[in-house]
Amino acid sequence: MSDSLLVDAMFWLFAAGSVVTGYRVFRTDSMVRAAFFLLASFAAVGGILVLLGAEFLGMVLILMMAGEMLIMAIVMVMYMMNPAGLNPMWMVHQHRVAVAVGVASFLVLGSLAFLIDFPERPNPRPEEATAELGVELLGDSMLVFQSAGVALLSAMIGAVVLTSRRGRYGDAEEGSEEPLLQGAEEGTV
Amino acid sequence: MSLEAVLVVAAALFGIGVYGALSQQSFVMLMMGLEMMINASILALGAFWSLTAGGNPQGQMLAIVFMTVMAAEMALGFALITNVYRARRADITEKLRRLRG
Repeated sequence: MSDSLLVDAMFWLFAAGSVVTGYRVFRTDSMVRAAFFLLASFAAVGGILVLLGAEFLGMVLILMMAGEMLIMAIVMVMYMMNPAGLNPMWMVHQHRVAVAVGVASFLVLGSLAFLIDFPERPNPRPEEATAELGVELLGDSMLVFQSAGVALLSAMIGAVVLTSRRGRYGDAEEGSEEPLLQGAEEGTV
Repeated sequence: MSLEAVLVVAAALFGIGVYGALSQQSFVMLMMGLEMMINASILALGAFWSLTAGGNPQGQMLAIVFMTVMAAEMALGFALITNVYRARRADITEKLRRLRG
């Protein structure tokens, strides 16, 4: 078996795997199982990225999603009814519209892949894509990289602010207010 | 592994994600649909990066920005789920008729 045939076979394996597990996410009774199906779908997409030569991105995607899906499973066990899938679960609304829009978006996007004339590899594939990405991250694109980091930090702070019940000066639900300075009376500071 | 094949797979994932985001009642399942859409766009981006543009590093940079969007969406989404559950005891979208606290 030649190399390109092997790559093709693995690509179709990953492709079928990602689509089938992606579909199963919304068809399984158990929400925890849905999270793991989504993880399998992400892992298959990560595999395709590795086959495409973006090893770093594929691995980062798998690593990130492994953590994220575990958090998702925990959130579901915490808040959702019937997380274990002991009863059949069918919680959908506007189902026909959703199916129609999903199929339509697949058809439109899929047909664009054939209708548009994309350029076919004007440059040769880089030998060391990961090393080039590293140089790019800490070189020309450093501002973008740092902005992404700051955006993530502010998302974390935002999440903490949104969920924390206790403010710095007491219970948030009772309106936590800064105490007066020592010795000061009401209205003087 | 042609560009068209990868793009069709990405389109299929995006379609499933749209379906999930529109049809699911549970907040977490809805977010899974959103995640799957971003995932499909990362896959399409990887295909373009590898098979058309010849792999300049800026393409991978853009994929990292996509992943940042995904992580921020997850963090804020879970925070909002927690908040809505505390305020309303709501775990599905149907229990939220209005968003005012």
